Amino acid sequence: MSETRRQTPEIVALITLFLGITAFTVAGFAMDWMPPVASQHGVGVDRVIHYLLHATGPILVLGACVLMWFLWRYGRGRPTQAPHTSSRVEFWWSIAPVIGMMAVTEVGVVVKGLPVWEEIYAEPPADAVRIDVTAQQFEWLVRYPGPDGKFGRVAGDLVENTNPAGLDPKDSASHDDIVVRNQIHVPLGQPVYITLRGRDVLHSFSVPALRVKQDVVPGILNKVLFVATKPGRYEIACTQVCGMGHYRMHGAVYVDSPADYAAWLKQQTAWLQQQ
Amino acid sequence: MSETHTGFWRRYVFSTDHKTIGKQYYFTAMVMALFAAAWSMLLRLQLAWPQQTWPVLGKLFPGLYQDGVLLPERYLSLVTMHGTVMIFFVISLALVSGFGNFIIPLQIGARDMAYPFLNMLSYWTVVPACLIMLGSFFAPDGAAGSGWTAYPPLSALSEAAPGSGLGQTLWILAMALWIASFTMGGLNFITTILNLRTRGMSMRRMPLTVWTLFIASILGVLCFPALTAAAIMLLLDRVGATSFFLPSGLVVGGQLLSYRGGGGSPLLFQHLFWFLGHPEVYVLVLPALGIIFDVVAVGGRRPVFGYRTSIGALIVVAVLSMIVWGHHMFVSGMSPYVGEYFSVATVTITAPFAVLAMNLVASLWRAEIRLNTALLFALALIAAVGIGGIGGIFLATATSDIYLHNSYFVVGHFHLMIAVVTFFAIFAGTYHWFPKMFGRQMNETLGRLHFWLTVPAVIVGFVAMHLLGMGGEQRHLYDPTVYQFLRPIQWLNVFISIVLALAAAAQFIFLGNLFYSLVRGPVAASNPWAATTLEWSTPSPAPHGNWPGELPVAYRGPYEYRVDDSPEGYTPQHLPPSPAPGAVPVPV
Repeated sequence: MSETRRQTPEIVALITLFLGITAFTVAGFAMDWMPPVASQHGVGVDRVIHYLLHATGPILVLGACVLMWFLWRYGRGRPTQAPHTSSRVEFWWSIAPVIGMMAVTEVGVVVKGLPVWEEIYAEPPADAVRIDVTAQQFEWLVRYPGPDGKFGRVAGDLVENTNPAGLDPKDSASHDDIVVRNQIHVPLGQPVYITLRGRDVLHSFSVPALRVKQDVVPGILNKVLFVATKPGRYEIACTQVCGMGHYRMHGAVYVDSPADYAAWLKQQTAWLQQQ
Repeated sequence: MSETHTGFWRRYVFSTDHKTIGKQYYFTAMVMALFAAAWSMLLRLQLAWPQQTWPVLGKLFPGLYQDGVLLPERYLSLVTMHGTVMIFFVISLALVSGFGNFIIPLQIGARDMAYPFLNMLSYWTVVPACLIMLGSFFAPDGAAGSGWTAYPPLSALSEAAPGSGLGQTLWILAMALWIASFTMGGLNFITTILNLRTRGMSMRRMPLTVWTLFIASILGVLCFPALTAAAIMLLLDRVGATSFFLPSGLVVGGQLLSYRGGGGSPLLFQHLFWFLGHPEVYVLVLPALGIIFDVVAVGGRRPVFGYRTSIGALIVVAVLSMIVWGHHMFVSGMSPYVGEYFSVATVTITAPFAVLAMNLVASLWRAEIRLNTALLFALALIAAVGIGGIGGIFLATATSDIYLHNSYFVVGHFHLMIAVVTFFAIFAGTYHWFPKMFGRQMNETLGRLHFWLTVPAVIVGFVAMHLLGMGGEQRHLYDPTVYQFLRPIQWLNVFISIVLALAAAAQFIFLGNLFYSLVRGPVAASNPWAATTLEWSTPSPAPHGNWPGELPVAYRGPYEYRVDDSPEGYTPQHLPPSPAPGAVPVPV
């Protein structure tokens, strides 16, 4: 046993290593890295993340402690008992994590997560501000319905340099449609319902501060519903690789007071009238 | 059967000996790892100092750099190739094909694989796959750049990106060859394990390495056909103007793709891809855990804790892994109801996975730990599995995934699970089985140096990536400083790059040790670790046919350390029960 006793310094080093890794992980996650939340459902998303941090952190620390204790106790050549284990011990040692992990994780998904999930994918209320966003390499085309409140028809074969959104001039509803690039103005405190259109490759509409992320898939109309709770400028990022310009496919959501929003909207001229 | 009279080519190149083929896989993976690691260093350089120019690199890699600046489209090619090569051509090859080939017949008491010729064929199918994959860098528009997941339409339309030209076609071709090879290997593993076990080697006496490789092979054979189908359809979309994954009315670069029929769905590809892609993660992770169970039992001088519950947990993990693929698609536009199902199903995997992790930890309870480099890596793996596994819960929970999806949290998570964990298993397996593979011992001092320079760095580096993801940084990002909100955390990228570059440099110690020991290492005894499983009952290196005389017979379970009063403190599997009182053979 003298050989195993000689490894004591190495066991101590190893325990220190695990202590260090655990401390680094816990300290890292204890810090607040997330951009301040600026949407109603985002508070719920953050609550789920914080719940998971608080529920799983102790499990990680406990596991590390057991590992370190075993190393300390059984790694220095001290006499140990025979390693017989009854199947009863094995059974309970297995049942404990099954119950524990199921409780922690299903609470996260169902109890904490599901209500927020439902909020995110709810049907839009009647008073929601409707915006239509088309993602294409490598920009966001943002369309407002204009005073008539109706989006005009768009079609891929109408797309050209002077008509990037592919508005149909024959459809009267499109005459007052407003098209802007890479900026979305929304009013504070009011539900915003964005339909996401894709026409080339996949993109993903992500606004980290609003805790919004939804892929843009050609052939499918995806939707995003949120209520902004803090005025400001929040960056939009494309989070689905879409080609060489992916990294610079950014834009911004401007959360304005309702009055500022109305004023901004009034300043805009319809796209087809600009031509 | 004897190969002693055959020439160089049959013996070392087109060999049908499972040990030679295992080593061929292993060294092929090492070569591919050098490439993939080098690419990752170019990526880390770009991520840490995105505005910097690198004239020397520009001279070295004129195809990737222009005026010393890494081109954004080449950045995406490097990311794509790093991921693809690491997953399919390094970890799969070394861990599953390499160790699997080498160890399965030796641990179950067989003279070779069930189909030695098929085995050779599977290796020689993967060689052209590797060459095509590497060669795709020389395609006119560069290598594939649509990520390792190759989502269409980006991967289907050559108009969509520079990396979607010939490089993407070659990528699909190489992947198809790889799947063919891996299917041949998987069938061979399954047949061998079911049919060629030696007398007494019941399923319940198989070492966990064999169990995990068995389950991983079944998973692979069941799931890979989905990707085969997807790859064929994607290839047809690219070269045959079909539209399996393309809806109508696509406009690329202002041009309507009127020659396309349309009617396809990009989401179909994602379903097919992840039907393979998620089980593939377990095809890699489970054998890693199996190897570590074996190494911990030998190093801890006690039977694996919960042998039976571990096998049960492995089977449950495998079954569940096939019905949870949609958790990669929470924000894809899939129905939110389906998303919620996938979320509930995915987190149930934490239960059997926790059983495996807990059994690994408990395998040190009442142990007599004898540290060597193999055991050190095994212990570090347990720590990495803990952190990586818990990170997975954040991504499996649909509501938190809304924020974390496709962020660096994901990158950190999968690097912990299928880079750190699998590489630690490859290292542990190498230090452990090197004597049996090459008849010599590796240098333990260099092994310790390798361990201490690698482990803290990679774990800290990849945990830090999680934090970057918490800060909102997305993956596939050529220049993080484009975004104002990411500038305050850019220092984390610098930190990660430095730490991981140190870890990468430390791998030269491993390679040096490997090749030095191959030639100069002390000659190994047949059972240098005083281990119980069958591979240690034959000389090191094992001769052709694996055992010089009769095949060994398995009289007992695989982990009989300190369970009876044997003076050596362990009883090898092939030792017949002595008539002395107290020595009770384990019933079959």
